[in-house]
Amino acid sequence: MPSTSSGSSSAHGSGARVEKGGTMDDFEPTILAFVCNWCTYTAADLAGTSRLTYPQNVRLVRVMCTGMVDPQYIIKAFLEGADAVLVSGCHPGDCHYINGNYKARRRMKLLKEILPPLGFEPERLRLTWIGASDGILLAETLKQLVAQVKILGPSEAKGKMVL
Amino acid sequence: MIQTAKLDVRAGDSLSSLRELFKALLGVEGVEAILVPQTLPGSSMVMPVLVKDPAALENADPLAPAFPLNGAGILSKLTRKPLGGKVAAVLRPCEIRAFVELVKLRQGALDEVVLVGIDCLGAFQNRDYFRFVKDVAAGTTALFCRTVLSSGRMPLPGVQIADACKACEFPVPTGADILVGLYGVDTDDHLLVQSRSARGMVVMDALGLPEIEEPPLRAEAVARVVAQRTAFRDRMFEETAGSIHGMEKLAAYLSRCVNCYNCKVACPVCYCRECVFATDVFDHEPFQYLRWAARKGRIKMPTDTLFYHITRLAHMSTACVGCGQCSNACPNEVPVMELFRTVSHRAQKAFGYEPGRDVEEKPPLTEFQADEFHEVEGMTGVGK
Repeated sequence: MPSTSSGSSSAHGSGARVEKGGTMDDFEPTILAFVCNWCTYTAADLAGTSRLTYPQNVRLVRVMCTGMVDPQYIIKAFLEGADAVLVSGCHPGDCHYINGNYKARRRMKLLKEILPPLGFEPERLRLTWIGASDGILLAETLKQLVAQVKILGPSEAKGKMVL
Repeated sequence: MIQTAKLDVRAGDSLSSLRELFKALLGVEGVEAILVPQTLPGSSMVMPVLVKDPAALENADPLAPAFPLNGAGILSKLTRKPLGGKVAAVLRPCEIRAFVELVKLRQGALDEVVLVGIDCLGAFQNRDYFRFVKDVAAGTTALFCRTVLSSGRMPLPGVQIADACKACEFPVPTGADILVGLYGVDTDDHLLVQSRSARGMVVMDALGLPEIEEPPLRAEAVARVVAQRTAFRDRMFEETAGSIHGMEKLAAYLSRCVNCYNCKVACPVCYCRECVFATDVFDHEPFQYLRWAARKGRIKMPTDTLFYHITRLAHMSTACVGCGQCSNACPNEVPVMELFRTVSHRAQKAFGYEPGRDVEEKPPLTEFQADEFHEVEGMTGVGK
């Protein structure tokens, strides 16, 4: 598991779940983020060069466009035990490939109908539009996401043998 | 415009009259062949048969409670390229709806087809159909139709129509060109024949059947069946939702699956020409299995069972017409239909989409707007 991040997560709500084998404070979520090359990945770059920090819980996967994020990548991530998945790219209207993000939005809408009945809470799957110059927003968003997921607790698929 | 006519029935033998209707269809408006369920020689098995010779219609039996496969796939084979002539296809409502979905994906075409839909009383799953014809021996179709239409009950105790049929809200083939009506009709005397489209009207004119008014009891009879089935459907949704919510429950639900992929073969709207699960994407290296087993402690073999079903949900849930062939085809009685209908219902409602309703209605993932579905964006909310 990654070491505790230097960024603070202060959103411990009263509805927090206690994980087996430890307190909620021990739980470090594993979060996969599919970020588009032209916007959100560039924002991540900017966050880095600006020496901003964000939690190590988030593993970035660079894709050329959110429109190439196949629902299967997201499904696989959840089945492998990811506690949350973020898809982030250019704002609608600003897609480098014109309409990739519109397709991504429809696919996310579909997944948000299919995954919750199977037990994957809808809050574990997020779609954000973060532009290339929004390094600060990205860092804040990732911190916020980690905080939210810590409250949700570990995904049920984590560490379990999945059929 | 809907024109209604009657097909006279003699001696209570509606099958005979239907065979006459099919004979008349051959030759009308360029129809050179008819695809119709028929009992096969030396067997009680009913399969779709493509008939060119009118004399070969003697064993046509579209009223049999047999539904071994979804005919949409067969019609797709006949129309995925220009046929050069017209074919009439005798289909259940779910087969018509599935075919419309395939046409949207250019895996079939409507221009050389005359869709003949018959009111659907439901059908048995394969195993139950074989038991039914074995135990009843003769006159199985007539017995089934008469019992279901008069009492709504089953003719043989312990043998029920498929749950998919009990949950089906579409007993009337409204998407057909020519509709044969049974509900609310005195079927010992006549069957209803209706044109439901421009092509249907042309065919009706050529058939020259005596015109009648739609029987006043029909709408009520249909409404009753739809209400009954919708209630069953909703109970099924509730039960299933409780059985699939969470990894442990879902794993138990699908524990008998052996990745045979028969449900994929049987599904009329599983549209990929090459399924990703049949490619080398899932032909894992031996060392990978060991690594996964090390990571989780153990892995069930073969792998990717849940992944397969969830992927199929992502790919075709918006097109699912609830025909139930998936459950019918499963060798281990995994309740695939219930899983898919329950999740598909949510997906279809979210997009305001009804598969098979309108060939001009584009599948939800084939189009998009600049300004929509904002509820799935951002870090707040749950996407509703």
